[in-house]
Amino acid sequence: MPHTAPASVELRDRPALLEARGLAYARNDEPVFGPLDFTLHPGEVVLVEGDNGAGKTTLLRLLSGLLAPTSGEIRLAGEPLTLARLSPQVALLSHANGLKPELTAIENLRFAAGLLGLRSGLSPTTVLAGVGLAGYDDVPTRKLSAGQKKRVALARVLLAPVGLWLLDEPYANLDRDGIQLVNRLLENHANRGGAALITSHGAYAYTSGTPRRIPLRADANRSDA
Amino acid sequence: MRSGSTAAACAALVRRDLTLVWRRRGDAANPILFALIVVALFPLALGPEPEQLRRIAAGVVFVAILLAGLLALDTLFRSDYEDGSLEQLVLSPHPLSLLLACKIAVHWFTTALPLIIVSPLLGELLHLAEPLRGLLPLALLLATPLLSLLGAVCVALTVGMYRSGMLLALLVLPLYVPVLIFGAGACNAAQAGLPFAAPLLWLGAALVLALVLAPLACAAALRISLS
Repeated sequence: MPHTAPASVELRDRPALLEARGLAYARNDEPVFGPLDFTLHPGEVVLVEGDNGAGKTTLLRLLSGLLAPTSGEIRLAGEPLTLARLSPQVALLSHANGLKPELTAIENLRFAAGLLGLRSGLSPTTVLAGVGLAGYDDVPTRKLSAGQKKRVALARVLLAPVGLWLLDEPYANLDRDGIQLVNRLLENHANRGGAALITSHGAYAYTSGTPRRIPLRADANRSDA
Repeated sequence: MRSGSTAAACAALVRRDLTLVWRRRGDAANPILFALIVVALFPLALGPEPEQLRRIAAGVVFVAILLAGLLALDTLFRSDYEDGSLEQLVLSPHPLSLLLACKIAVHWFTTALPLIIVSPLLGELLHLAEPLRGLLPLALLLATPLLSLLGAVCVALTVGMYRSGMLLALLVLPLYVPVLIFGAGACNAAQAGLPFAAPLLWLGAALVLALVLAPLACAAALRISLS
């Protein structure tokens, strides 16, 4: 299984997709986390674990280039990370789903496909069915439940022709089937050579294989981040 | 795997924003209602003498439309910021400034253009002078895109802040004042029988400059707001 990812010779030959060295972030001089060192190779799923306020979301925003680190550096395929180099390769699922409540599920996905491109062989309709929402094409997103919205947002990630998934709490709001679905999607993504970094506060972790874990400790910062 | 073309991304964004305006069409009428109310109140406050109203007509219509635009300005990025769409725009592989230019264009098209279309009616309420009937919409056609572009930069700067309305107004007004002076100035000059081409040309020049620079500034400001 590629995503079990021991530090094998095979992995060292390939360049890391994402590499963080001494990555640290401080908000108003108060350290949030770090320094942190880790790598993410193609075919790997890495789980970022931490309590509420440990800086999981912040880490994902750093890795997606939306935030600049206080110290340390992030490398993307060996080069310093910039939004211009990252954006064709990344799909981000954040707490805000990025869905328009007034638009239907399928309209949201069509827009995402127009904006981010479409993975070959997929269409908004098939992807929506793939996340268990067949028949919900024309339902306005505001009428969907929180879990269903999460599934539409996952469908958006699935549509984008990218290799790197950054998923913030992909298990939140999902039922048992939904959790299985996320695990299945992640496994497929890893098997076709994609990489994913997901955060979890620990309640529902990635269960297939043994993903590498990055523990985030908020030792330096006990206040809410 | 394929990434869509930039043109397809812009088209998708324009289609989405137009659809959203259509779905929220109740809100879309707000700027027109606001301008109509402001203009309708002036004769009530000043008295119905046509001569007096005619003197201030162009200026009042200009100010009303400027304020109506200011009212609609905050909606430009607000909902996109709150529901996370803005992050998706920033992370898309296409030039952010181009995508934002599309957003600003749709915003202008759906908020300012209707105001320009009703501006003859607003002028009529104030007995707008005959020679200004063509000139006022023309001046607005040059001034309102400029207001939208300048405003968009300020909205982009303040969108990350909680309750930024007051700050937005403070940031925007100094930028709006020259536009108002040139736009209303052209109308006043025409009304006095003076040459009025120069202020219009200034507006046009500023518009060209803003068309090029404002989307870039807007993109930079949004990246700051999102971090």
